[in-house]
Amino acid sequence: MKTEGPEPRFQPVRSAGILRRPGERAIEAMLLAAALASVAITLGIVGVLLYESAAFFRQVAPLEFFTDTQWTPLFSEPRYGIAPLVCGTVVTTAVALAVAVPAGTIVAVYLSEYASPLLREIVKPVMELLSAVPTVVYGYFALLFVTPLLQRVWPELPGFNMLSAGLVIGVMIIPYVSSVSEDAMRAVPLSLREGSYALGATRMQTAVRVVVPCALSGMAAAYVLAVSRAIGETMVVAIAAGMQPTLTWNPLEPAATLTAYIVQVSLGDLPHGSIGYRTIFAAGLVLFLMTLAFNIAGHVLRKRLYQAY
Amino acid sequence: MMSRQLREGLFAVAGLLTMLVALFALGALLAGLAMDGWDRLSWRFFASYPSRFPEQAGILAAWVGTVLVMVVTAFAAVPLGLAAAVYLEEYAPTHWLTDLIDINVANLAGVPSIVYGLMALGLFVYRFGLGHSVLTAGLTLALLILPMVIIATREAIRSVPDGVREAAYALGATKWQTVKDHVVPYSMGGILTGIILALSRAIGETAPLITVGALSFIAFLPHPPWQAEFPFVSFQWLLDPFTVLPMQMFNWVSRPQEEFHRNAAGAGLVLMAMTLAMNALAIYVRARFRKRIRW
Repeated sequence: MKTEGPEPRFQPVRSAGILRRPGERAIEAMLLAAALASVAITLGIVGVLLYESAAFFRQVAPLEFFTDTQWTPLFSEPRYGIAPLVCGTVVTTAVALAVAVPAGTIVAVYLSEYASPLLREIVKPVMELLSAVPTVVYGYFALLFVTPLLQRVWPELPGFNMLSAGLVIGVMIIPYVSSVSEDAMRAVPLSLREGSYALGATRMQTAVRVVVPCALSGMAAAYVLAVSRAIGETMVVAIAAGMQPTLTWNPLEPAATLTAYIVQVSLGDLPHGSIGYRTIFAAGLVLFLMTLAFNIAGHVLRKRLYQAY
Repeated sequence: MMSRQLREGLFAVAGLLTMLVALFALGALLAGLAMDGWDRLSWRFFASYPSRFPEQAGILAAWVGTVLVMVVTAFAAVPLGLAAAVYLEEYAPTHWLTDLIDINVANLAGVPSIVYGLMALGLFVYRFGLGHSVLTAGLTLALLILPMVIIATREAIRSVPDGVREAAYALGATKWQTVKDHVVPYSMGGILTGIILALSRAIGETAPLITVGALSFIAFLPHPPWQAEFPFVSFQWLLDPFTVLPMQMFNWVSRPQEEFHRNAAGAGLVLMAMTLAMNALAIYVRARFRKRIRW
């Protein structure tokens, strides 16, 4: 969001521009059109999802969609209950958050309050590389390295399971959580830390009792936005969690997520306009609404942080 | 009760260890790819089409497809992103429409990539009739990375002091002259860094391309960009079917045979090399431009 500066930026007299350069106005119009392209993208996304989902719901009752416990749209006896896909998404997201939130928070506190500037300068770019790795590579890692490792702990663990997919997604978003959380901590004025030190507090006490509470709104934003990231992750779950819609809360079992289902159908040759084709848009709409809700919540929390000082 | 010093030290160690575990995960991932995939890297691997026989399979169609899709992505996203960022940072008045665009860009950055794929499937593939083509793929990825380009470019432009603008205005320059000749050149380091990182993100994207119909198995290349008759440059390749490296890797990792997993690791190594090279380039560009600029 735009920052409120002490005074507005200098604006030249517009009439002078018009008189001297007829092209100035045209250039400004072109630049505005480019900026509006981002609005057009959103309208395109919402438009396509609503249009195709409306066609889907003309064939499937919304009540069935939200209450049925089986998702078998491509079977000979099709059923259209979204619950198994949402359940799979929730479980993998929960596992991912269980990894990313504590690890990301600890890393953020460490980098913000303990690390020397040099160490911070070296580590942050490397942490960002974790985000730069293509997600299909993470999927490979989850299926062929993490799952075999976990099977030594749980010999009965199936080859596809939500646990390894969730763990790897968690590792993927650690940099995101730590980066956003650290930004929140750095926004806390130094004077608050100095006040704490002046009273004899140790660095840990200062971090835990002064900095973290002050930065809590920003850190909450980091967690909420991380949820959105984990929900939207596609390739890791498509590769490692299986593509078998199952209504289960047990991460040791295989299941399909909303995103993995979309991949599965897209890999096939469904005819355009069929109800099977439309199911991926209905799933996409649910996915979009879930991530949108968390994104909005995250931005609201983040904005609140910067209003406090 | 532990002493304060002991708790202090333990917490510092815990923080350091957690960070090292995260970095170790990256190292383990790279080591795993290298162990499994290094043997597969050969001239033949780069020059062969996919095959039912793992030892004969290669990534020719995939890496060529990746290059072509990235060309389209860059040509579409970069001018659009730069123009949008310049408008939002230099021209936009305080206005509800400006706020709408701001919120919109921020929200788009959080939309799952597969949702972009669904939008592209509905609009580009069917509504606009572009089909399952390089052009569709490039435009899809361009829209996906557009918010990143806009956000990075805006940050770069914002870092240019107002004094530079005021000096230009004082000499009678118009707003566009100020932007074109001073603001953008001075922020070019940050802009280039943002663009490179955005393209690095796009190069590894798989989900939206699956949705728009990247092929799992392709044994030919798109048309060449030249032709025998005038005007000698050809754009036929834009409408050709395609695959990309991450798609090829996904196909191989999903096979049950272990030999194909090694092929997947080889493709993954190539993909990682491209991604890391782009990130290294971004870091280099950022550092180099930072040295040149003195306010």
